[in-house]
Formats: sequence, structure tokens, C-alpha cells
Amino acid sequence: MKPAPFDYDDPRSVDEAIGLLARYGDECKVLAGGQSLVPLMNFRLARPGRLVDINGIESLGQVKVENGRLLLGAMVRHAQVERSNDIAARWPLLHDAIVWVGHSQIRNRGTVGGSVAHADPAAELPCALAALDAKFHVLSRRGPRVLRWDQIFVSEFTTSLAPDELLTAIEVPPQDPSTGVAFVEFARRHGDFALGGAAVSITLARNGTCSDVAVALLSAGPRPVRAEEAERRLKGGQVDEAAIKQASAAAVQGLHPTSDLHGSREYRVKLLQVMTERALTKAVHLATRRAA
Amino acid sequence: MRKIAVQINGRVVEGEVEPRLLLGDFIRDNAGLTGTHFGCEHGVCGACTVQLDGEPVRSCLMFAVQAHGRRIATVEGMAPSATELHPLQQAFHESHALQCGFCTPGILMTMEAFLRAEPDPSPERIRAALAGNLCRCTGYQNIVTGVRLAADRMK
Repeated sequence: MKPAPFDYDDPRSVDEAIGLLARYGDECKVLAGGQSLVPLMNFRLARPGRLVDINGIESLGQVKVENGRLLLGAMVRHAQVERSNDIAARWPLLHDAIVWVGHSQIRNRGTVGGSVAHADPAAELPCALAALDAKFHVLSRRGPRVLRWDQIFVSEFTTSLAPDELLTAIEVPPQDPSTGVAFVEFARRHGDFALGGAAVSITLARNGTCSDVAVALLSAGPRPVRAEEAERRLKGGQVDEAAIKQASAAAVQGLHPTSDLHGSREYRVKLLQVMTERALTKAVHLATRRAA
Repeated sequence: MRKIAVQINGRVVEGEVEPRLLLGDFIRDNAGLTGTHFGCEHGVCGACTVQLDGEPVRSCLMFAVQAHGRRIATVEGMAPSATELHPLQQAFHESHALQCGFCTPGILMTMEAFLRAEPDPSPERIRAALAGNLCRCTGYQNIVTGVRLAADRMK
């Protein structure tokens, strides 16, 4: 099908964009890479009255490193992240997650800001950003806000962004070079929506105990899930096979992923446990090599 | 309505279009280039893949107004002359890498860019690069063979 008619603006600056959002509010939708919004519009599941296309705002397409922190402009394409050697070396979890996003044609056009604002619980990037304790820079005529992942992601396809607010950048804190990371997911075909997945970042002290760990799950609930109980159990202890098994079991305690024709709730819980186990095993292996 | 000018296969195509017009429809209806096919119209099948400034994108997931001033390549621009095929097209022809041909333009646009980035790919890499294009005839085996044959000849 074809999209329903809409009015269209293509501002050249962030200031112009937030002016339009302030003026039209609820009526409009921001068009970033369009790889999720346009399919919904083609099916007429979404019928925004007005699109504010931010593809022409050059300042939003920049990747910067400031004081060791990675700043991804909202319009940075997935392919830009995928091809960046600097990101692969210093924020490997982002690189490992992004290669799972859709197909190459989608990654050429899709943006990091779009993935966040779309807030699909099966999306890779929000999950990785939750594991990395990323911050989200938001701007409107009312002023700037900086949100944590648990403040921006509210529920399925729902963020705390107000209609007049624009997500401008994603900030990722520096990562300890000895940290081991892993991103694993299971989809029926690569590029499909994942039935379950896990992002792990773990740092080991010299004596082999876990000094820091983050475990985030995708397709595990209405928004990215941080497996806090699993993290608590791992911190400070030796991370051997038994500890990984225990933590993975703890990670899926109390989860209620949706049941659908692709997989029952029981199946998905089991899958998430296996994904967590694999991600932890891989990340610990890398961290052990790096700590040595 | 908006006035746009898009460079398609080296030719500037102008039009006055509604913002909701998809890039693929502009290519087919305004530019008259019907080699770009719409299959699913939601970014899954890959049949409508064209190149935007050299990079494969779905022409069903972009509005024509967004291509104003940009460079688009479609399957019609591949062959160097009316009597000669692009090495990738020639290899597809010889390897029987297509049957009905509906998906082929999208696959060619994807693989042309892929071979520029990876001139000597393994069969596994070719399969991974093909993941965003569905073909219901060939079972993909001959597509992989065709891409590999083209890679050998283009070295």
C-alpha cells in the first residue's frame, strides 16, 4: 500500500526542527532513517498529519568523542557505526549489536536515534545502550534534558519523549579496555526480529573476580531489561561455569515475554536464559584474555 | 506538491510530486524505469533496492522528495552498452542465477555494491550479503555461484 497524505517539512537546523515540533506537536512525527516509520505508513498503521524530516540537518549526523565519551548524533546511520574502527575498538558492544540490525540496505539508511525513538523491545541498539548505561540528549523549546535508558524507554514503542522534543544525541561512557563484551541473539533468519537476545559487558579484576558487569536482554519485556539480580550475583565473585549458569537462571526470573506464534512465553524464557549463558561465557572469555 | 530533481543513472529527472510519493514509484512512474520492482513495500523483500549515492537502500522506504539533489543508480544503468551486460549480469545469465527475474534487479544493485566493498568474498560472505533479498525461484545456490563468477572476472 501507499502512505496516506501528509504535510512535509525538511528543516536544515535543530533549532528550526524543534520550532516545528513546538508548533505542530502531536500532529507530527519526526522522520529519521524511516526504516521503521515508513513501513508503518505504507501499511497505514501510522498516519501522521505532518512529517518533520531531519535528514537535512548535518550536525545530527556526526560521531564525536569528547572526554573519552562517545557522542552519536541522532542521525548517525547504523552503517556508520558498523564501519567505524574507532567504535569497534573502544565500544565493541555497540559494533557487535549493530551488525544484527536488519540487513545492510536497512543499516545504510537506518539511524541510531530512530532506533531509540522507535523503542521496539526486539531492537538491538536500545538493549546494547541499556547495557552501556548510555545517556540520551533531548531538546525542545522548553530546554534540554538528559535521560538515562530507564527514563527514556517506557514501554513497547513508547518513549518519554514529549511531542515537542527531539532526540539529538546518544552519549556512551568510556569503556575500560579490559572489559569483555558479547552480543548474542536468536532470530529465525538473520535480520529478522530477534526472539531473544542478550548484551553483556564484564570486567574482571586481576584475581579473576568480577569487578563490574552489565547484562541486558532484548525481546524480554515491553522495554530493554537489565538483569539486575544476575548482575548482583556475579559482582565480586569468581565467574566460572557454575556462576554463569546460576546468573543466567536468575536473569530470567520473573520475566514475562509475550507469547505469539513465533514462540510461547515458556520457550522465550528458556531462550533468553540460553542467550544470557552464551553471552556471559563469550564475554568472560574475552575479559579473561584481556585481563591477562 | 514539491519540485524535485533527481539524478538517475546519470540523467536528471525532474518532477512535481506529493511528499508521500515513494522513491520507487518516482523511479517507475516519473522516470519510466520499470526495472525497479516493488514486492512487499515494507522493506523486507529487497526487490526495490536501488543505490543512493552508491549505497544500496530500499526505494519503498524513502520518499522521492528525500532524493532531491541525490544520485540514484538502478538496474537500467548497469550495462555499459545496449549489446553488452555488466559482468555481474553476464555471470547471472550464465549461472542461471535467475528464473522469473522479479527479485534480480534488487539483488544486482545489492551485489554490485557488495563486490566493490568485498572484491573477493567467500560463499558464506555472499550468503550473508544476500540475506536482505528474497528469491522464491532459485533457492539461492546459483545466485551465490553467479556472484562468485562475477567476482573472479572483475578481479
